[in-house]
Amino acid sequence: MQGEISNILAVISLNKELVSGGAPIFFARDEEELEKIAGYLSKILDAMVHDLGNGSYVVVRH
Amino acid sequence: MPEYLIVITAGVLAGTLSRIILLRSDYRQYPGYPHGYMSHLLLGFIASALGAVAVPAVMAPEYTAVTFLALAVQQFREIRNMERRTLESLERTELIKRGLDYIEGIARTFEARNYLVMATAFATSLATQFGGLPAGGVVAVITILLSRNLMSGEILGNICDVVPARLSFDGPTLMVDEIGLINVGLKDMREDILKNGIAVKIKPKDGNARSIIHDMGQRKAIAFTAAVILGSKKDVDIPEYTPLVRKNPHTGEAGLYIMPVERDMEQLIAAVKLTPVLESASSKPLLAGSSIRKAKKKVD
Repeated sequence: MQGEISNILAVISLNKELVSGGAPIFFARDEEELEKIAGYLSKILDAMVHDLGNGSYVVVRH
Repeated sequence: MPEYLIVITAGVLAGTLSRIILLRSDYRQYPGYPHGYMSHLLLGFIASALGAVAVPAVMAPEYTAVTFLALAVQQFREIRNMERRTLESLERTELIKRGLDYIEGIARTFEARNYLVMATAFATSLATQFGGLPAGGVVAVITILLSRNLMSGEILGNICDVVPARLSFDGPTLMVDEIGLINVGLKDMREDILKNGIAVKIKPKDGNARSIIHDMGQRKAIAFTAAVILGSKKDVDIPEYTPLVRKNPHTGEAGLYIMPVERDMEQLIAAVKLTPVLESASSKPLLAGSSIRKAKKKVD
């Protein structure tokens, strides 16, 4: 992670009003679905899931 | 046998022997293959031949022969490049990276070892020329021991205390004692890390050690050594398992977290302590005090 650029590859959120912008956004109906989508995306993209604490996750490649 | 041949043979033997001994001691840095050993032994042999030939050449007297040594230096710089290139290209597919600092250190070591071999051969053939074979033997043993002990370098255990630490989560942030490492989003992953991960805290003994731990390349080398010795569960699709070293910005202490194959705290502590202090990380700010005071006086 030293000197390399980290990229946000996807955003997964419970709240449509909180997120918008450049990366692909996935909305989840509940907490469980949120975890599931994030887990799948992490495996698909070989990237890491980070919790923003407001019901949104970002998938980042380091 | 003519005298000059005895002199050269003694030098070459001593030099090659020292290369073999030095090659054995670097298992941790570079797990080599028979081919790798072969090429280094051969280069060591050539280096010692160059060193050994210098003395009879000067006695001959063929002073121009000494310019060969300059050629040799050129040649050995090429070795550094070769090592660097090999390790760098391997690095691309490495799951846990050595880091460029570590690679540079290894490459430099390989170059320097050839100079040591050359010096050993030169000293031995010099002693044989003037003191006969017994003197050559004594000098060979002394120089080999010297090059082995002087060049072994410092390890992290000399400058830092390494103690077991506790893994926990503060919200999504993975903590090693009070040091925050990284944000882990998935709940399953957090449970997994708490269950299978282990962590240590690296406490620098003084300011010099603190500045060494501060170096990112050094921290990568620590994580790499730990992963080599304990194994790591990391795979391309599980970046969460990457071993990490982060420091507490206020105290300078560092926390290491790893998902090992062997969950063995003692081994982990030993691995961290065995990590070589990298040449590029090594600095001694505490020694700079006197020269800074001098500079200050000039300014005042």
